[in-house]
Formats: sequence, structure tokens, C-alpha cells
Amino acid sequence: MRFAMAIDTKKCVGCSDCVVACQTENNVPIGYCRDWVVEVNDGTYPQLEMEIRSERCNHCTNSPCVRCCPTGASHYDYGGTVLVTAHKCIGCGACIASCPYDARYTHPKGYVDKCTFCVHRVKDGLPPACVAVCPTKCLYFGDTDDPRSELSQVLKKRKFKRLIPEAGTNPNLYFLI
Amino acid sequence: MNRRNFIRISTLGAGGAMFGSIGFGNGKEPSLLDRLTGNVHPGESGYLRTPTYCEICFWKCAGWVYKNEQGEIWKIIGNENDPHCNGRLCPRGTGGVGMYYDQDRLKTPLIRTGAKGKQEFRRASWDEALDFVAKKLDFIGKKYGPETVALITHGSGGKLLTTLMKAYGSDSIAGPSYAQCKGPREVAFGLTFGTGLESPEPTDIRDTRCLVLIGSHLGENMHNSQVQEMADAIDRGAAIITVDPRFSTVASKSKFWLPIKPSTDIALLLAWMNVIINNGWYDKDYVEKYTTGFDKLKEYVQPFTPEWAYGITTLDPNMIRDTAKEMANASPAVIIHPGRHVTWYGDDTQRSRAIAILNALLGSWGRRGGFYLPELKEIPEYPHPPFPPVNKSWRDILGGQYPFAELPLANAIVDGSIPGNLKDFQYRGWIVNGSNLNMTMPDTRKTLEAIQQLELLVVIDTMPMEITGWADVILPECTYLERYDVLRNDHNREPVIALRMPATEPKYDTKPDWWIAKELATKMGLGKYFAWKTFEEFLDYKLKRMDSSLEEMKKIGVKKYERSSGDLYFSAENPPVFDTPSEKIELYSGQLEQAGFDPMPRYTPHEEPPEGFYRLIYGRTQSHTFSRTSNNPNLSAIMSENKVWVNPKVAANWQLKEGQEVWLKNQDGSTTDFPAKVRITERIRWDSVYIVHGFGHTGSLLTRAFGRGVSDSALITKVLLDPVMGGTGMRGNFVTFITENPGKEVKA
Repeated sequence: MRFAMAIDTKKCVGCSDCVVACQTENNVPIGYCRDWVVEVNDGTYPQLEMEIRSERCNHCTNSPCVRCCPTGASHYDYGGTVLVTAHKCIGCGACIASCPYDARYTHPKGYVDKCTFCVHRVKDGLPPACVAVCPTKCLYFGDTDDPRSELSQVLKKRKFKRLIPEAGTNPNLYFLI
Repeated sequence: MNRRNFIRISTLGAGGAMFGSIGFGNGKEPSLLDRLTGNVHPGESGYLRTPTYCEICFWKCAGWVYKNEQGEIWKIIGNENDPHCNGRLCPRGTGGVGMYYDQDRLKTPLIRTGAKGKQEFRRASWDEALDFVAKKLDFIGKKYGPETVALITHGSGGKLLTTLMKAYGSDSIAGPSYAQCKGPREVAFGLTFGTGLESPEPTDIRDTRCLVLIGSHLGENMHNSQVQEMADAIDRGAAIITVDPRFSTVASKSKFWLPIKPSTDIALLLAWMNVIINNGWYDKDYVEKYTTGFDKLKEYVQPFTPEWAYGITTLDPNMIRDTAKEMANASPAVIIHPGRHVTWYGDDTQRSRAIAILNALLGSWGRRGGFYLPELKEIPEYPHPPFPPVNKSWRDILGGQYPFAELPLANAIVDGSIPGNLKDFQYRGWIVNGSNLNMTMPDTRKTLEAIQQLELLVVIDTMPMEITGWADVILPECTYLERYDVLRNDHNREPVIALRMPATEPKYDTKPDWWIAKELATKMGLGKYFAWKTFEEFLDYKLKRMDSSLEEMKKIGVKKYERSSGDLYFSAENPPVFDTPSEKIELYSGQLEQAGFDPMPRYTPHEEPPEGFYRLIYGRTQSHTFSRTSNNPNLSAIMSENKVWVNPKVAANWQLKEGQEVWLKNQDGSTTDFPAKVRITERIRWDSVYIVHGFGHTGSLLTRAFGRGVSDSALITKVLLDPVMGGTGMRGNFVTFITENPGKEVKA
């Protein structure tokens, strides 16, 4: 089992609902976030292009954050998700420095926090909060090891890219383009 | 030149840079609670939930309010059976919890002790505050007549206050949602098809093959189900055509983006008609069967070639032809979207008429993929005595101006409160509910001038909005999460109703509007209009007569009914009915002609920005609703201020830097209270600047919103009135930059 997410940049309107839903679902303190939206513009008026991406932890298969964590707080978990065990974390920040995606932050309580793919919901058979709320249905979550999953089907049909592949982390977020 | 820029919208970045990170190895242990709950929450199942519908915007999506183990409001999730949201709330609905938790909320009734405009109030009990209001209303009613009191309202709470006003004897009950927003299109579609659009607009985006958006930035305005259907349409490969001087989000997803010169939309619409008629691309059968005035229209549009329009709109004639062809190929599954906020240049009814006519030519009204035929559930009235006659109705007060206005105009109430503006009438009191007129109405200065003439201003709100500072009495309303309200009942593909019930007790000393209205009525001797004992009884009375009950609605939240008016589209069994004088779609409007207006839309050139000035264009963003959410903790974390979008060429001329603070000054010398940061972007034309509406709060009790960004209302001092229906055109204002602090003092 290998959990992953696809983000359809053709449909995303950048509304940040994923950010707010994550915040309420996971009690992320106001002013911090586990997911965010990026807007990239290209061209000169009126020849313009824009790409909007909902981004979060890439739950890399080869995660630098897991490798560098001195206490084992950052670890691989259910379906390959990368999680942080809060009470094992000493807040040293090595993982934050190692992450090419800037996906982690230090929680005001002192430990490092990030996207969990809402594994508590996934275990209950529910999609992550961001996926469940997205008004444009531009987020797909699922198991890439299962060729019948909606996610695998979408990745078969559509062109996609991954971010900073040169970092060699083997990320599990796919951006449909 | 190829500019590439990358910005992280929505908040501060995962690093939480604004707060700084807590030092390495500071030894802070997570609390036991965090260890236990850390990143782990139980799922949806097993949680107590109560139904609601959202009050953050007018789309009113139904949802479920969930509480956590401590019994506190935790999150709001969309109701899957609701066609307004299909189980998915927008960011504002999801962030609705912030409205409840906002510590800046109004907490207790307040009565003015100081002079008007001074923030001097004393706490009062509800009994005392309502007594004060009741006595004052009685006094005004006796001295000037009850018709001199107006209710200005936005939102569900206004329904019971409306009953109160009618019982009192006034029908000047206005929402800025009409004359400051969608009024012109309602009148235009009414004149053309015999029926307006209302909300949600019956656009059949679900099945469309071509969606045309004219200045409508769907996707930035999160009209939830419409955005959802648009995303599905993108998936299906439907063509989107966007006309906008700004490269809006939806423009970036469109097959065609027409970067039109602002204020020239009617010229484009006429050119499209010219191409479609002269090429025979219109729906001949539909036009013949259902419309009147085609020959006159055909003759009229002959001069309006794409080449003619090019000189006005700056749009390539071939692009005008190509997009006309695209629409025609999709016909009748094509939607020229009527938009929502359409009060732009004062000829807005005529522009909306042009949109209606184009839809008629393409046969999209009443057709699959065009406009469906919506149906509304009838909700029985709770019995009450007939309302007393009104001495002078809002229409009489207008005295023949704006003959096609269907509803009272908030701007006419503001004007009519200033002595001398009307011959023999002056408004003396306002009750304002959920509507921050200082930022809702154009020309803040004028609004304040009117307020200072009033003998009574009662403001009912949840937040210490600017208008509360001018009130004589402030009545703190509880949020939608803490109250019952009237049933939601909007027309849809199927009739559907939704229930809002309190998820928790009201925080602080706040009350629901229904309670305020009923208590006031009782004090004014109008209790017979509110004969129910509890609001549960009021709702249950209605629901029992609608094949349901309050008990059932508490469990399901949303109830759909079967259609009784026939098919969703015109058909042989469902022939169209047009409620116009000719009983046909009126391409040529005899009604307009008789009233002395153009029977067919005419392009009128509008004033252009003087040297060194830029047209002020304003709009919406997904995470906020007008000025009412700017202080919401969850939503201000997504966007806390608006920026001024400036084209790089303009920025170079002014030597503006990204993020630099500038003040804006308009053609009349009106300057913003605060500076806004410059956003240099190719996404805006060089002749315009763009800001999101709703920021630049001057109310210092709004701790997160105060002084963040700029308010467009202060810059809209020139209002282009629509002579047909009285709408306030607000896009005829021009601004320039002030780079040095003009030293304006903000009276909070």
C-alpha cells in the first residue's frame, strides 16, 4: 500500500479551502498551516499563463526528514505516510531544514508538525479533510499500489509532474497538468 | 520579456515565519492532551452534529456542525444532500467556526451616551435597550409616520425584522444586494424573459458546453455549487470564454480570454449579436417561435461589426468572431452568464439586457446546458393579522424615479435621509442588520452624512463593524451557529429546504434576530404579529404543513421535494410561458421604449481615466465575504489585507516596488485611510488597478482587520446611477498613487 495524492492544477481555483479544512480538522493553530496554495504566473499581458497548486508534505518514499531525525519521531507509517510522533520530537528542527518542500513547521507547543494525510480519517475509510472539502474536486487521494484506485486511474490518463524531483526524495504528490 | 513570479497565497507559509520558530531543543514538552490527541482525531463517525446553513454568504450552503469531546464547536462540514454545496463547503463556510470564536464579537447591548460619531456607549440590559428602541420608534411613528423608518438588511435574520417593519407600517425594507449588486440583471431578464434570475442563478453549468463570463470571476467569488459545476465542466472539456480586463483565475482556465478595455462590454455584446445574426448562427426555430422584435434587432445591430467593436474594446475582431462561433456551436447548451455584482457603469440594465438577448438568440433560456427552469417550495405563513396599510410606500417616496425598480433601493434610503434631497419626505430612522453600510454603500462620506441626520439608528450585528460606532443602540446578535432562523428556501432544480438550529448556547449576552424582533414587537404592542410562543413552534407549524416536522429536519438538515411544475427544460409537454406584455421573449422592449429608455441596448462611451489615474476595479476573493469576514480569525489567517494590483509598466512609471505601501487618491481627492501594499503583476491591464473589496477597516475594535489594506468604498465617490432601476454604478472612479504618508487621521 502506497498512499499518494494528485492535485489537478487545471481545476484548482486556489480558494484555500484545503487550508481552512485542515486547520479545523486537525486543530492547527491560527497563523500556521499544514497545507498551502501556490500561484505561478508566466508571460506578459495579455499572453499569460497561471498555475495554481495546493501543496503539502510530499510523504516522500525516500524522506530526508526521516533520515535526519535524531529521535525517530519522524517515521514511516501506515501506507507509507510520513508522520511525526509529537512526544518523541525534541523540536531540533533538523527535519525542517532538510525538507525541500518547506512542509514542516514548529508547533507553538514545541514539536514539529506537518500534514499527516489525515491518517486518522483514512483509517476510518474517510478521505483526508482537504480532499473531502475541495469544491472543485481537484484533489485525489488513494493507493498507487492499487491499479484500480481512482488515483491510479487518473495518473494513467493525465499528464503530471512532481516537484523538485532532482532532490531524489521520490515524492508522492502528483500535479496534473 | 518573460516575467515569471511565484507567490505563496493563503497564509504565511508552513514555516510560520511571522511568529518565528521556537528555538531548537527548547525542551518544551508537549502537554498530555497533545500527546493523547497529538495528530490523532477520531473520524466523522460517532460525533454529535447539528444541522445548519451557512450565514457567511448568500449562497447559504447547508452543513453539519460538529463538536469535539469537550462539547465545543469543532468544525462545519457540508451536507451531502444539499444542492448548494453537495457536501463541500467553501473556505468561508469551513472557516465559519471563526465567526463564533472571534473574541472581538459584540457582547452586550449598548446605548449611546456621547455625541453621534463619538464612541461613547454604556452597557445596557436587553430590556432597557429594547425599551429605548420601542419608545423611539413610537415617537418617530407618531411625529413623522412609521414610513420614515427604513430597515436595511442582509441575511437570514432580516426576515423576522421585516415582519416587524410591516407590522409597524413601513415597507422601506432594502438590501444592498439589490441596487448595489444584482438589481440591473433582475430587471433586464425580467423585461426580456418575464422572469428574473434570483439566487442561485438557474445556470445549467452542469450540462453546458460553453460558459461565457463577462466580468464575472467565478471561482474567486465562491458561489459554491456554480464553482463546483464549473470545475466539472472543465473536466468535461466545456469551453469557457472569459471577458475581463484582469487575468482572473477563471481566465487562466478559459479557452478564450478577452482582455477587454474596461467599460466597453456592450460594444462586444453588440458585435457578437451582429456576427451571430449575420452568419445565421442563431437558433432560428427558437427565435421564430418564442421571441418578438428580431427584425428590428437585426437591422439595429448592422453597424456593430467586430471591426467597429475593435476600435472600442481593443479586442481582435477575429477573436470576436471565433468566440461567437464557439458559442453558436454549443447552442443551445451555452450560457452567457448574467453575473451577480453588475452595478458598474450606470447602463447596467442595458448591458444585462444585451446578455439576455444574446442568450435568447442562442436559444439557451429553458434549455439543457443553458438555463434550467427552477422551482421553489411554498412555505406556509404562520397566521398573523393583516399588516396595516403603509402611508407612503417606498415607490411613492421615489416619486417616479427609476420606474423599473422592483425592490426598495438602499441608496435611495441614504439619499432620502439627507434633508432637501426629496421634496416632502425625509427618512428619520434606520434599523440596520448584518450590513456594514460604511463599507457596503459607495461613498462612505455620504453614508455618514445621512446617518448624522437620523433620529434613530439601531444596528443589529455580531461584530463591532464601523456602522455600530454610529448607532444610537447596538443590539448584539448571536452568530448563526448559536441560533434558529427561518427555513432556507431558494429555488433550485428541485425544491429544497434547509434548517438552521443552534449548535450551542449563545456566547456572551447575545440574542437571535427572531427573539429581538418578537421582543421589540411585544414592547411596541405588535405582539399579535408574532403569536408563536417559541421559535421551535413557529418552525414546526410550517414544517408539519410541508410533509415534515422539526424533529425530522433536525435529523436530516435538508429536505428535497419532487418538482410539481413539470420538466427542468422547455418541451412539448412543458411549453414555455413568458410573463411579458407580448407573452414572448422581448428582444425589442416596448416597456423600456414607453418609459423613454432605449428599447434595444446602446453602447455609450464612458469617461476614461485622466492622465496619471487608473480605473479602480474591485472584486472578491475566495476566503472572504465583503467586509464581514475580514476579522474572522480563520479567514484572516488566509488573507489579512488587500493589495493594489499594478501592471509592471505602471509600476515602472511610478517606480513602485513590490510590497511598497501606497495610499490611493481618487478623482475627487478622496484618499484611503490606510496604505495598501503594491502587488506588481501582469494579471492587470495598464489602464486599471485592482483591489479586493472589504478591507481597510477603520473600526479599531476589529483587532485583526483594523488598518489592514484599503477600502474601495471611500474611493467610490462618483456613482453612476442607472436611470432604469436606480442601481449604483461604481466602476467609474479613477485613482492615483500617493507614495508619502498623507497623514490622514483615522477616527476609530
